[in-house]
Amino acid sequence: MNQRHEHAMYDVDPLHHHPPQADLEDTRLTHHQVMQMAVAELLIEKNIVSADELRAQIDFMDTITPARGAALVARAWTDAGFKDRLVADSKAAAAEIGLDIGPIPILVMENTAKIHNLIVCTLCSCYPRFLLGIPPDWYKSRSYRRRAINEPRKVLAEFGTEIGHEVELRVHDSTADMRYMVLPMRPQGTGAMDEAALAELVTRDCMVGVALPRP
Amino acid sequence: MSNRFAIGDSVRVRTAFPAGHCRTPFYCRGKTGTVTRYCGDFRNPEELAYGVYDGARSAVYRVRFAQTDLWPDYDGPAHDKCDIEIYEHWLVGEDA
Repeated sequence: MNQRHEHAMYDVDPLHHHPPQADLEDTRLTHHQVMQMAVAELLIEKNIVSADELRAQIDFMDTITPARGAALVARAWTDAGFKDRLVADSKAAAAEIGLDIGPIPILVMENTAKIHNLIVCTLCSCYPRFLLGIPPDWYKSRSYRRRAINEPRKVLAEFGTEIGHEVELRVHDSTADMRYMVLPMRPQGTGAMDEAALAELVTRDCMVGVALPRP
Repeated sequence: MSNRFAIGDSVRVRTAFPAGHCRTPFYCRGKTGTVTRYCGDFRNPEELAYGVYDGARSAVYRVRFAQTDLWPDYDGPAHDKCDIEIYEHWLVGEDA
């Protein structure tokens, strides 16, 4: 029997190596990555921020999850006065429950039976990071940014969200100094749930406006 | 506050194409909408992007457009809207 024929792959690769996994550095740095590194190094070199402060801020931003936004939504669902204050001034309302929403104003857009809100940043990828954390890749994609603005109902349908034509769809383009979060409607059949259980229903996608909370 | 525009005012976005860091989307230039909110006074990104950090602050408004006005082929209902933040110097009052 011709072993070379039956086990040809051992001839090619007798130790059966797998290809090595690419290291982060194996991809070429983009212009803006180089610029970002250069600016960070200059800031440290000129003692404007320390390396530890920079690290700590990245560490802090990575700890933010959509649970912060969900806590606000659940409180708003159970306390109508809080909901009004949240829509009027989200920074002050968030402070009531011990949340700091950061230096950039966040406007809370309330969904109703007549209005559904959707958030996009067509120019870049502005996102309410202090309430929702790091944005998902699709939010930053050129495809979402281009299509959410001019065919939002098709985009929503691709996310599995059908908004009836009797409902006004309102798209908010984060073009300047505000950030936006959607306050979804409380789903039917959740009357017996407490605030903590309600918060579990409120996902990131619901607060961007591409999904609806499910009981 | 000495804002040029009040909530409910009809405004048109200037049809201008200056180079630089403009945060006025192309798709709304030349379009008419309604002021729905005054957001505060902010520095001009067209200056900030070039290192001018002490320029005058400008009023920023939220302006609401009908989607069918922005996109001739919009295929949703006529009541769908788009809200955009726009710096005052990009807006011209429309005599309604």
